[in-house]
Amino acid sequence: MYKKPTTALIGIGMIGLSMVSTAEARDQIRIVGSSTVFPFSTAVAEEFGRSTAFKTPVVESTGSGGGLKLFCAGVGEGHPDITNASRAIKSSEIDLCAQNGVNEIIEVKVGYDGIVLANSKEAPQLNFKLRDIWLALAKDVVVNGEIMANPYKNWNEINPALPNKKIEVLGPPPTSGTRDAFAELALEGGCQAFPEILAIEEEDGDRYTALCHTIREDGAYIEAGENDNLIVGKLQANPDAVGVFGYSFLEENSDVIQGSIVEGSLPTFENIADKVYKVSRSLFFYVKKAHVGVVPGIREYLREFLSDKAMGDFGYLAEKGLIPLPSDELAKVRNTAENLIPLKK
Amino acid sequence: MTDIPENDVPLARVDWNSPEQSARLKKRYRTEKIFKSLAVLSLATAIAALMVVMVSIFTTGISGFTETRIELDVTLDANVVGDIANMSRPELETHIASINVNNILVRSLQAKFPDVTKRADVFALLRLFSVGAQSDIRKVILDDPTLVGQTVPISLLAGSDVDMLMKGNISREVEQADRKITDQQLAWVDQFNEEGKVEQGINWTFFTSGDSREPELAGIWSATVGSFLTLLVTFLISFPVGVGSAIYLEEFAPKNRFTDLIEININNLAAVPSIIFGLLGLAIFINFIELPRSAPLVGGLTLALMTLPTIIITARAAIKAVPPSIKEAAIGLGASHMQTVFHHVLPLSMPGILTGSIIGMAQALGETAPLLMIGMVAFIVDTPGGILEASTALPVQVYLWADSPERGFLEKTSAAIMVLLAFLIIMNGLAIWLRQKFEKKW
Repeated sequence: MYKKPTTALIGIGMIGLSMVSTAEARDQIRIVGSSTVFPFSTAVAEEFGRSTAFKTPVVESTGSGGGLKLFCAGVGEGHPDITNASRAIKSSEIDLCAQNGVNEIIEVKVGYDGIVLANSKEAPQLNFKLRDIWLALAKDVVVNGEIMANPYKNWNEINPALPNKKIEVLGPPPTSGTRDAFAELALEGGCQAFPEILAIEEEDGDRYTALCHTIREDGAYIEAGENDNLIVGKLQANPDAVGVFGYSFLEENSDVIQGSIVEGSLPTFENIADKVYKVSRSLFFYVKKAHVGVVPGIREYLREFLSDKAMGDFGYLAEKGLIPLPSDELAKVRNTAENLIPLKK
Repeated sequence: MTDIPENDVPLARVDWNSPEQSARLKKRYRTEKIFKSLAVLSLATAIAALMVVMVSIFTTGISGFTETRIELDVTLDANVVGDIANMSRPELETHIASINVNNILVRSLQAKFPDVTKRADVFALLRLFSVGAQSDIRKVILDDPTLVGQTVPISLLAGSDVDMLMKGNISREVEQADRKITDQQLAWVDQFNEEGKVEQGINWTFFTSGDSREPELAGIWSATVGSFLTLLVTFLISFPVGVGSAIYLEEFAPKNRFTDLIEININNLAAVPSIIFGLLGLAIFINFIELPRSAPLVGGLTLALMTLPTIIITARAAIKAVPPSIKEAAIGLGASHMQTVFHHVLPLSMPGILTGSIIGMAQALGETAPLLMIGMVAFIVDTPGGILEASTALPVQVYLWADSPERGFLEKTSAAIMVLLAFLIIMNGLAIWLRQKFEKKW
């Protein structure tokens, strides 16, 4: 009598195992990668599932680095077909891919993403230079030609044109790709304004990177977690605070928060597309050529992503906040995708 | 009793009414009062905090269960629909899926607003409606093919921006450039509204569909099924193994250093952060056994590892609570140790074991962190059909929506939290009911 549950369990276990071993060929595209590209990738996946006979692809949000690691782990059903990235693939990652037999990778650039500084509409709009941003947020700064721990407490100590308010910046944590891009574009851009730093760059590259990229830890920069909605909410509650996040969140909440001017230009759709706005980065996805034709629908997914319906001026991706490629660049990318031209090493 | 032996030191008579004694008494009462009021205060703070969370979730979430629809006279043009008179049902279904419904919608809109001719304006007009409006039209044709060629009023799903506007989440006061809806679109919505064509209804889509990038089309069904499949695996693994280990450790295992070590380890594991189990699951089930990523099977196995210590600990406590007299009586009547345990001890301790298991399951239901590691944090539209298909879970759905920029997802996040809370309350309620109904007092 008491043996029954045991036999049933063993049965279930065996069914489970047999299902695993006889798992059929995958008929669903698997995508991993950047959380910045995730909203766009999922929008395309959904439309692709709706308008074609293929299954809706599964899109995982793993971060750019995590996505590339999974992507490069090998060829075959167990490995993803496409990875999204909010930065270009590194040569070390190409090497890792090659070690695991992933030799032909197709790079598809999909557009731009602006990183904005914004504050509540109740406070006046701010006007930053990149050097102000670095001086406000770096751990060590240049004061009168000397490098010392960041002494600045209020914005107007850095630049008299800025308000006499405490420096309080809410931004992404170090694990975030947005943070990496912010450090690279805004902070490094700002610290290059100082000849002292440029002198260090020539002598000691590592020290230069550390000086330019390290953010202060004395409470002026508050890591607000990966959730940008949270930052938007906190900005509404505290008009003196400044937030750092992706352009799509500014667009979606433009009734309550305003973007700050950086180096004379506002973070608008046009300014980011025309590359007038400085703090913007390119977004990509990478396709495993070995999977095209094996997993059904990859070509069609590429076409859907690069179609006018998605990427055009009135396309649904533009509506989601993606800043599309200019037409000449788009034509090149379309050619690469259509002919599946892999990256050159 | 009153006479005290002379040799003894006479006890000093205490005057309980002396001022110093009454001061002491007062002090003792005071400390008790302070302790009580501190306890009440901390409880009140906790309840207040809980209320704030609940009220904020409830007030933002409640509108997530409703949707906005706009009624429009739609001309089902026979030229666009095609000849469907003699089609069988399956033929009809595939044919209707291929109809250019967008065309029908645009023409019907232009019939209503004849002065809208510019391409950009037509786009703006079309944007009042959700992509889901197309399936509304398709459904009408499918339900009654004889309507083709006629003009019928159809209630169409409004886009998220219109929905937000009607729910008061987009302010009309701010400048046009600062809101997602233009003045022109506002005028159109107002016109529909004056004609009484705009209505709010229960959002059944929310309960029946999977994830979507469009807030008005997003639903929790696929996440709920994913959670169910995951918990099923978790239960099937952790319950028998957990109860078996508890019986062995409590009834059969010798008491020595080795079993002590095991006990300490089990207690320790119960306190290990759940993300660690996620890493373990990733290393063993995905990287070593090579089970598919994002599958409820892997999620269930991982959560089973996490739930096991909870079940073992509660099951051991329940088994220990069965009085020895029952066991001794059974053994006295000639039952073997095995028979004693399985015929008497286990049934008597079952209510306690079930309570503990349900609480462990409820904990597993609310877990996100381990699922992050094994790829269940994913955008999944299709409802999973088995434990090997990619799926997500309810708390993960909450996490994904909370991270989405669209305003419409704010209320969906809170609505999904409410559904998750409802499940947790049901499970914990069941645990309490089981305990009260079946628990025996010795």
